[in-house]
Amino acid sequence: MSGEKTLGVDIWRGGADGRYQSFEVPARENQTVLDVVTYVQRHLDSALAYRFACRVGVCGSCAMTVNGRPRWTCRTHVSRVAKAGRLTIAPLQNLPLIRDLVTDMTPFFDKWQRARGRFVPGEGPRDQLAPVPPDKPERAAASAAIECINCGVCYSACDVVAWRDDYLGPAALNRAWAAWNDVRDGDRTGILKAVSASGGCHNCHTHQSCAAHCPVSLNPTFSIAGLKRASIKAKLKGELAP
Amino acid sequence: MTPLSYLLQRGTAMIMVPLIVTHLIVIVMAVQGGLSAEEILGRTRGSAAWAGFYALFVLAAAVHAGIGLQTIAREWFSLSDRAAAIAGHLFMLALIGLGARAVYAVVWA
Repeated sequence: MSGEKTLGVDIWRGGADGRYQSFEVPARENQTVLDVVTYVQRHLDSALAYRFACRVGVCGSCAMTVNGRPRWTCRTHVSRVAKAGRLTIAPLQNLPLIRDLVTDMTPFFDKWQRARGRFVPGEGPRDQLAPVPPDKPERAAASAAIECINCGVCYSACDVVAWRDDYLGPAALNRAWAAWNDVRDGDRTGILKAVSASGGCHNCHTHQSCAAHCPVSLNPTFSIAGLKRASIKAKLKGELAP
Repeated sequence: MTPLSYLLQRGTAMIMVPLIVTHLIVIVMAVQGGLSAEEILGRTRGSAAWAGFYALFVLAAAVHAGIGLQTIAREWFSLSDRAAAIAGHLFMLALIGLGARAVYAVVWA
């Protein structure tokens, strides 16, 4: 690389008791953080473990901690985040570390299930489609929350997740809010019961780290506030009784 | 935090807003001509209105702080939900006891 402009990058290696390893990679005018990690893996150390798939900001699998902040690395340009010509790349926080930049996403997706963020059909006849006008408030609320790419950035950024490991987290609660606003769902009260259990939506401190870091500009804090309102109303009506 | 404790904490916060404002205004007014125990007790002794005002204040503050400290105990000291609830309730009862004693002292003693 003599004569070529280079970029210094420190990458986390090993498990939870690992350490940063420094590399020098070619500095390009247009270069994403994922490009840098891929260069290291293909040219400097093939044992580096990291995760990616689509490379265009759709699949949500390449999230990492870049210079201290969780980001989707395929859509994060180095020029926007490199401090004094250096990058520090670590795995996502708040998730068990497998190795290098790869975390175990199992707790993250288990919580999606616990928050009941999935469709439960009603008992109506199957040949009868439920009309859902696009301008219906519930449809608008669901639309605002539905484009989550499951990257885990908000989960990594959330202080409450760091403080209590049973907290469902912004992504699962955001998904539950979208599901609750689906008027076709056959058990909407079941969603409110799920998000009102221990570790549920009422633990959110409204720090808004999730909204500040979400790469697709969703606002999970707003969704969680909606769940709080809906569950409190249900509580006052006695609908949350086991 | 359960829906009930969430509701109680927000509800007690709403109750306390006018109480705190009134309390601060009374403090500012009361110290205008110097502060003395006689003046304070002259205003509060035998007053059902001040007894009710501060009894409500004590109750709201105790519930609010008990729930808040329960959350802190759970999140910062990694206590279980049950242990944090016990700690929060004990603190709430202590505040109610101390507050009730103070209200009794300035109104009836």
